[in-house]
Amino acid sequence: MDWRQLWEICSAPDNVPIVGLIPLLCFYIYLAWKQAHANDQLIAQLEGDAALAKTHHRKTWPFKPGWQKEVHVWPFLLRIEFLAAIIVTIILMVWSITLNAPLEEPANPNLTMNPAKAPWYFLGLQEMLVYFDPWIAGVVMPTMIIVGLMVIPYIDTNPLGSGYYTWKQRKFSIGTFLFGFIILWVAMIIIGTFIRGPGWQWFWPGQTWDHNRLIYEVNRDLPDIFGITSNMAKALFGAIVVGGYYLLGGFLVYSLFRRYMAKDFKRMSLLQFSITQFLLLTMVALPLKMGLRLLWHIKYVWITPWFNV
Amino acid sequence: MADENNGKNGKVGLVDRVKDDIQAMKVDIPAKAKEQIEGLKDPTKTQVYTSIFRHKHDDTPRNRALGVLSNVFLHLHPAKINRDAVRYSYTWGMGGITFFLFIILTYTGVLLMFYYHPSKVQAFRDVLYLEHDVPFGKILRNMHRWAAHLMVIGVWLHMFRVFLTGSYKKPREFNWNIGVLLLVFTLLLSFTGYLLPDDQLGFWAVTVGTNMARATPLLGHEGPFGSMLGMTPYNDVRFGLLGGSIVDANALLRSYIWHCIGIPIVASILMIVHFWRVRKDGGISGPAPVMLEAEADKQRRGPKAAGE
Ligand code: HEM
Repeated sequence: MDWRQLWEICSAPDNVPIVGLIPLLCFYIYLAWKQAHANDQLIAQLEGDAALAKTHHRKTWPFKPGWQKEVHVWPFLLRIEFLAAIIVTIILMVWSITLNAPLEEPANPNLTMNPAKAPWYFLGLQEMLVYFDPWIAGVVMPTMIIVGLMVIPYIDTNPLGSGYYTWKQRKFSIGTFLFGFIILWVAMIIIGTFIRGPGWQWFWPGQTWDHNRLIYEVNRDLPDIFGITSNMAKALFGAIVVGGYYLLGGFLVYSLFRRYMAKDFKRMSLLQFSITQFLLLTMVALPLKMGLRLLWHIKYVWITPWFNV
Repeated sequence: MADENNGKNGKVGLVDRVKDDIQAMKVDIPAKAKEQIEGLKDPTKTQVYTSIFRHKHDDTPRNRALGVLSNVFLHLHPAKINRDAVRYSYTWGMGGITFFLFIILTYTGVLLMFYYHPSKVQAFRDVLYLEHDVPFGKILRNMHRWAAHLMVIGVWLHMFRVFLTGSYKKPREFNWNIGVLLLVFTLLLSFTGYLLPDDQLGFWAVTVGTNMARATPLLGHEGPFGSMLGMTPYNDVRFGLLGGSIVDANALLRSYIWHCIGIPIVASILMIVHFWRVRKDGGISGPAPVMLEAEADKQRRGPKAAGE
């Protein structure tokens, strides 16, 4: 156990935000879960009691007749904003006094930094470079993330859970978002920051960064395993595999939706549903491809003269 | 002299006039002074004061409302809001904190600009100078750096809470989209700033980052179909981003301009739209009354339904 190495990584000034992000995320997930849980209980109670549902004010916060429904922004909101501003300023001041922003040697194109890391918030994408070619990891994925986020309001047709925390009414959408945000984004950043060392190799926390370590890894391509050699056949084979994944996967998504999310499925138009299918399958493809690589050393699935997937 | 002339030419004496004036002054000025002092006892009655503040400040509901509505900055807010909407546990205050960090960044950023030249010769030295010679230069730079990191975290948490509360649902779909753009621009702001110290850290981070642009399908020289379309290192998107085929002087200048002018302007405009839409979409989405399964398909949502 190399504590010094561990300390160096955790205390590198630009890594401190991530060290802070983890407890912050835990806290806010807890805060959201607590409210979701309380709301879900209330919902269950009201679902079972039609009379109460008519009279209850439908929040978990107390409300008594005679209380005003609205409060003045001045002072009730502004004092909170003021307090928040002061607290943020204090935190920032203390942080700035105790920890200096990093400054390395002057830029030198002839002296490669090893590991050369992108800023921490892009490390998830850099981690994807291990499993995908740059045109996918660096261009297609960010584009899909942005477009995917933007279409969320238009493909989530579930009218429940608007304006309050809940889990039971939105299991699928919240589950999907948590998977995307926590597993595919934050966890990849954590790996990129704390685990990846020189040569972008995997070093467990506390393992010394060995700059001379070499890993002999023989990667194969999926067509090789099936003994396909000609370029034409490889391209065709890959297209079939990838196309088949989306077709079969699409069918699977359909049959799951039809059975377990019948109401949502009924509300969705064909366009909404196919976009959902596509985005969902693409998201799931990431861990699948990672698995192929980590478990069977498979580098490419689809090889063409122009691009590889 | 004046005395001698007096009376001789029948001029009504200058001296008399002066005396008269002095007499009058003895009464006028103390009276005015008294008035002035009386006036100062209640500064809220002065013209300067009333020209600035357009309403009284006694604690009445009307004045509380006017305090918000007659102030250009505060009138982003409505005069009154739902009693539960002020609960910290609902919004986590993250949108507001993100915005506050943006203001801090603008402030410290402008100060940093006084000491920084975006050229290969000076950039790195300017940062050294800031760290060691400029009074408070070090804390200025630190604050700018850490506020930027905090802002990135703040945007993520804000998006997370907006998602978890389903606040992107009707009628807030469009504002969610503005938000996604703000997310992208926040990251780009941070990224373009990374290169500016012109040190190894920034240089290699931006090299890694922009190398991906080489691989852009169609538009990058190493991307799928790129070379077929005539892309080379000297005319593809990466060249356009960097103003060259490597991260060098032009890239530094471009980063600087995007970082200090281009993106902040776009982001500010988007923030204005974002805040405006929060109001127009009926204010903060909740905490709204919970909806039951049976009511799901009865459309009862409009901008107004959100409040209660
Ligand atoms: C520079 C970045 C941003 C700033 C300064 C900002 C600011 C704000 C503020 C002050 C609010 C009021 C409520 C609150 O504080 O939670 C708000 C609401 C909202 N924001 Fe943002 N925001 C930003 C980015 C985003 C992002 C990335 C998204 C989503 C992808 C987003 C989506 C929304 C939506 C949908 C609302 C309405 C929420 C509701 O009614 O409950 N914003 N934003």
